[in-house]
Amino acid sequence: MIKVLFFARLREQLDTEMLEFEAGPELPDIAAIIKLLKQRGDNWIEVLGDEQMVLVALNQEMTDASAAVNDGDEVAFFPPVTGG
Amino acid sequence: MDEMNQIRIQKEPFDIAAVQEEMRTANPAIGAVVAFLGQMRDINEGDQINTMTLEHYPGMTEKALQAIVDEADQRWDLMGIRVIHRVGELKPLDPIVLVAVASAHRGEAFQACEFVIDYLKTRAPFWKKEQTPDGERWVDARHGDSEAEERWS
Repeated sequence: MIKVLFFARLREQLDTEMLEFEAGPELPDIAAIIKLLKQRGDNWIEVLGDEQMVLVALNQEMTDASAAVNDGDEVAFFPPVTGG
Repeated sequence: MDEMNQIRIQKEPFDIAAVQEEMRTANPAIGAVVAFLGQMRDINEGDQINTMTLEHYPGMTEKALQAIVDEADQRWDLMGIRVIHRVGELKPLDPIVLVAVASAHRGEAFQACEFVIDYLKTRAPFWKKEQTPDGERWVDARHGDSEAEERWS
């Protein structure tokens, strides 16, 4: 399984904290996950389409949509950070 | 020097004086301790802020902060780094973050302290949500924070 997490404004806008997908050849990278998520509805297309406002991490390290994903991976989507 | 470095994410307030005292007395070769304290303001973008809620990404937060601390340790000759960041609900005047750096002389401590807070602002997965009299809102990332980080590259 590939675990997909959402944080902060994204979690609220999508009303989703976590999803799980079966790993496999149809989900080779994060771009494929984004494509799959956008099939969930217009709200998902709009929120995930605003690329300036969406960061992505793979196994808790910042990455981008081209990163390959494998079974057991943890992917997270969140807005630009505002700590400190 | 790893045992001299500590990262803490916590809901509870922290005692700034106690942290500084612990750092400065850890080693008689320490000649300087520089500390940055970030605290909550009661106004932002012209609006009154009653409370603030800080969310983070448990696991990634610690990893990101550790990477920043390790890089500071590589760039400067330091004798201890502490990063304490609060999460949960905060009110005005509450301390949010403490970055404290010990070294033999002030120059390295000042630079490393500024480096750590600049990187924390753009790389550590924390998000602030403000509660105002008109409702709540997520805080937007500031362009100035990215510029502050870029100075170090």
